[in-house]
Amino acid sequence: MTKFDIIVIGGGHAGIEASCAAANMGCSVGLLTMDRFAIGRMSCNPAIGGTAKGHLVREIDALGGMMGKIADRTGIQFRMLNKSKGPAVWSPRCQSDRKLYSEEAYRVVNSIRNIETVEASVVEILSENRKVVGVRTENDDEILCKALVLSSGTFLNGLMHTGLRSTKGGRFGEKPATGITESLLKLGFISGRLKTGTPPRLKKNSINLDILEIQPGDQYPQPFSFSTDRNSFPVLPQLSCYVTYTNKQVHEILAKGFAQSPMFTGLIKGVGPRYCPSIEDKIVRFADKEKHQLFLEPEGLDSDLIYVNGFSSSLPAEIQYEALHKIKGLEECEMVRPGYAVEYDFFPPHQVDLTLETKLIKGLYFAGQINGTSGYEEAAAQGLVAGINAAAKITGRKELVLRRSEAYIGVLIDDLVNKSTDEPYRMFTSRAEYRLLLRQDNADRRLMKYGYDYGLQQKENFEKVVANEKLISRSIELFDNMKLHSRDINSFLENKNLSSIDSTETISKLCKRPELNLKELISLDHNSDNPVIGELLKNDTAIEQVEIQLKYEGYLKRQQEMIERLERYEEEKIPLTLNYSKLKALSAEGREKLNKVKPRSIGQASRISGVTPSDISILLVYLKN
Amino acid sequence: MINRHREDTIAAIITPLGVGAVSVIRVSGAGSFQATDSIFVGKGKIANSKSHTVHYGKIVDEKENKIDDVLVSLFRSPHSYTGEDCVEISTHGNPFIAKKILQLLLQKEVRQAEPGEFTKRAFLNNKIDLIQAEAVADVINSRTEASLLGARNQLDGLLSQKIEGLRSMLINASSFVELELDFAEENLVFIGYEELQQKIDRILTEINDLLSTYSFGRVIRDGVNVALVGKPNVGKSSLLNYILKESRAIVSHIPGTTRDVIREEVSIDGVLFRLYDTAGIRNSENEIEREGVTRSREAVKNADIVLFINDVEQGFSNEIYSELKNLTNSDRIILILNKIDKGLKNNLKEGIPISAKTGQGIDALFKALKQKVFINSNYTEKSAIIANFRHYQCLKKTKEYLLNAKESLKNKLSGEFVALDLRNAENSLSEIIGVVTSDDILNNIFTKFCIGK
Ligand SMILES: Cc1cc2nc3c(=O)[nH]c(=O)nc-3n(C[C@H](O)[C@H](O)[C@H](O)COP(=O)(O)OP(=O)(O)OC[C@H]3O[C@@H](n4cnc5c(N)ncnc54)[C@H](O)[C@@H]3O)c2cc1C
Ligand SMILES: Nc1nc2c(ncn2[C@@H]2O[C@H](COP(=O)(O)OP(=O)(O)OP(=O)(O)O)[C@@H](O)[C@H]2O)c(=O)[nH]1
Ligand SMILES: [Mg+2]
Repeated sequence: MTKFDIIVIGGGHAGIEASCAAANMGCSVGLLTMDRFAIGRMSCNPAIGGTAKGHLVREIDALGGMMGKIADRTGIQFRMLNKSKGPAVWSPRCQSDRKLYSEEAYRVVNSIRNIETVEASVVEILSENRKVVGVRTENDDEILCKALVLSSGTFLNGLMHTGLRSTKGGRFGEKPATGITESLLKLGFISGRLKTGTPPRLKKNSINLDILEIQPGDQYPQPFSFSTDRNSFPVLPQLSCYVTYTNKQVHEILAKGFAQSPMFTGLIKGVGPRYCPSIEDKIVRFADKEKHQLFLEPEGLDSDLIYVNGFSSSLPAEIQYEALHKIKGLEECEMVRPGYAVEYDFFPPHQVDLTLETKLIKGLYFAGQINGTSGYEEAAAQGLVAGINAAAKITGRKELVLRRSEAYIGVLIDDLVNKSTDEPYRMFTSRAEYRLLLRQDNADRRLMKYGYDYGLQQKENFEKVVANEKLISRSIELFDNMKLHSRDINSFLENKNLSSIDSTETISKLCKRPELNLKELISLDHNSDNPVIGELLKNDTAIEQVEIQLKYEGYLKRQQEMIERLERYEEEKIPLTLNYSKLKALSAEGREKLNKVKPRSIGQASRISGVTPSDISILLVYLKN
Repeated sequence: MINRHREDTIAAIITPLGVGAVSVIRVSGAGSFQATDSIFVGKGKIANSKSHTVHYGKIVDEKENKIDDVLVSLFRSPHSYTGEDCVEISTHGNPFIAKKILQLLLQKEVRQAEPGEFTKRAFLNNKIDLIQAEAVADVINSRTEASLLGARNQLDGLLSQKIEGLRSMLINASSFVELELDFAEENLVFIGYEELQQKIDRILTEINDLLSTYSFGRVIRDGVNVALVGKPNVGKSSLLNYILKESRAIVSHIPGTTRDVIREEVSIDGVLFRLYDTAGIRNSENEIEREGVTRSREAVKNADIVLFINDVEQGFSNEIYSELKNLTNSDRIILILNKIDKGLKNNLKEGIPISAKTGQGIDALFKALKQKVFINSNYTEKSAIIANFRHYQCLKKTKEYLLNAKESLKNKLSGEFVALDLRNAENSLSEIIGVVTSDDILNNIFTKFCIGK
């Protein structure tokens, strides 16, 4: 009988990270997936990153995950979003070649010796004494394991809808996964139903792109991965996207189809994401808006498909087709595949711990869409954490639980566990209360140490971060004391129409002026040939860090204070054995939620939805007594 | 982990000792009915009676000797002050009787309640929230009607309501900022900087209003300090005695009679005033008197209001007046002209004319005192007021953060910097209603209660 240290179910974005991490930590991994050529398939948007999601990719990379590297090698347009705002909300995003992305993912997985890819459809999770022992497949094979990561995406009892016609399936052209939900329910889990949707795909040469607004990539594209060689980046030729808009006529046509909308007629029971509504939803909810923006995104270098971002729909195909034809540039378009909605089972995530291990069955981990999230990046982040923790558990190493003050990944998992979710969860920068510190530019400084500790990150990458860290603090110390003389800088300031200085001013102070940048200021100093400066000028990464730290010093300090104030409560531990039912003083809802989540600390307890401030006060008093 | 004390039954005398016509002993906890029945002889058993009923009977000791006739009120959990089974025994005012009954109870399965423990239990049983718990402490400590009014206001949740309102305004403003950051790609119409500024200003105005109630709030809770100062022999001690309606301070025609500061409290129309009679200010050879004058100056510095008293005989002392103005803010000073029963001299116009002998002009003096207290406070029973130092500090912090946010807006910094301070402001505000509260706060609150409320 086949036996692995760890079984990963699903070769999606979560499954890839889980398998690679566990294998690189020395475990034998069985990656069980329905179709090996669907590994890393992008179900929806051919893009990686975006606001907050880009942060996740950078963090995954710092920890030693694969997503950033694969995206760098297969990206056909790179952009840094929010560039007009401050560095904390800059977010990298790329358009990917859908086919190449999946091929590269397959290659990466195959290149790791400890991973064996098994094409199989799992129908049952096997456990003994509340501990996972393996799985049963469709062919009635049993495969055994010590730990299991379940990352089956949108496939659990997946049901796709276009108009009033529904088809069983997890994704266009793919079978659903049946049996797993039922076997988990038997073990005492509870499941829910969510929905998500995807827009139609159009034939590229049937679209009049010439008359549309063009949206090119950045002039100087930035890779996701800290280890991507910047000299040979980007690898692939770069393409543009296009922008067009719906109009009144389009809305009228779509409205004709409402009677056959699986959403509006109540056929779809699952809850969809409010932040990513279908086009029919937008028309209804924002009735006074005369047009909606659409992005036409290429699906790949050789692909003749265009993805209509913003036009997600589950209306009947004929209606979608008719409406598309009234959109500028799409008058003659050929619709290769209509949009559709998919409904699937998920497991409300209060059922997992912060390690992503389920509370009911030891050794069983949930990652990705199954936890109620939506999006490749969210899935990958969880896959990585679940993979690391599963491997850590069976090799007796320390678990990985990232704090909210340390990573978006920490925020993500903390939110899932404490707030659970009744709509698909997507990351936003506003979910991170310590946003100013959790930047995409410093993900390596925050997290590479963990990647290195678990053996997922190259030694030289880590050493570079350590060396940079020294250089950064030495530079800041230097600039706090190094003064520019008025005679050296005033003419420069006057040229820029800026107020001049009286006698001398430190570089740190001057750098706080929004109009001045650090490199300029250094070049104005003629007196010193300090070796630190020499070193810094050769290191763009370090310069950027120093500059951000100097420019936003006051804000960063305040953010730090906030962490210190709030994180005190993270240290107030609550024993996991505490029986909340006995605490009659708690509000009924608070008691129920606390019993469900079993928080590790007062800090965590205070974030559980439904737990009131007085519940927290009561807990504090109890713990003191 | 479970609080062992929570299963205890506790008891304490909850009326001030030695005052009033009745004393009340409260017993709370699962064993309170049983304990009461073991010392009470009435028509039936308390344990078998309905909630919210009153029973007449007598308390007897171990030897069945009658201690006193009493009324026993019983409240069943959760419909009691503490949320637990609860009994209140009313006895005649004699403090010895109340103490004796308590002692009898303490010989049963009952222990003496710690300070504030009833309220702590009420809080733990979700009968009251944090602000209300603090307000109860204030009710207990408050000695006058206005003070009670403020405390009751809070009990009714006026402040909580107000803070909730401010919080939702803040959250509303924040969400506009966040929207712009997280949905940059989607051509939404964002709020302009100016509009955001206006939103913040609106919140700031409300916070300032609330902050301005603090000095008033504090005063009606803690009382107003009033120093009576002036040259020797102008009638300071006489005035004190007149207001107190007793001869508290020694009065004599010899200048320099009062040597040390005398403190007395009096309630005038519901506001508590703490009067400080002081030694007359002059240069003296006498060491004791010199020390007295030093203390007078100290009293002036600590006073909320200074009554500067002159008399018709000695005339107005410019010298002392300028000294007072150096010691304290000049709008804290009320000028008084005493001994007008001796006839007004033309050259003396300054000050409220009074006579500490006949009581003439005292009403005008009281009116002036109250005016000083209520100055700038358009306080009504319906206004939320800040009377608690912790609340005051949280609000001040909130304000500081909002000013930071405005500064960031002014400097055209990107939204995430504005958002940082808006979020901090919200946190500080939430601390008032206890969203984030540390055990320090709780401990402080609970130890502040005097016994058995
Ligand atoms: C139609 C559609 C629309 C979407 N729209 C959006 C959107 O608008 N925005 C957005 O952010 N995200 C969207 N997504 C979600 C996004 O694709 C997922 O969040 C992400 O891919 C989840 O990753 P995952 O690793 O959890 O699962 P997936 O990428 O779904 O991978 C699941 C894998 O598990 C395998 N598998 C499942 N069950 C079994 C089984 N029993 N045995 C063996 N193997 C199994 C499958 O073969 C597959 O390889 C959409 C998905 C779909 C299908
Ligand atoms: N006629 C008249 N005599 C007064 C009045 N007030 C005080 N006196 C008299 O003035 C004298 C001094 O009064 P005190 O009250 O002792 O004066 P004081 O200001 O306290 O004096 P020191 O304590 O010595 O500073 C006493 O003889 C009082 O009886 C008043 O209003 N009218
Ligand atoms: Mg006197």
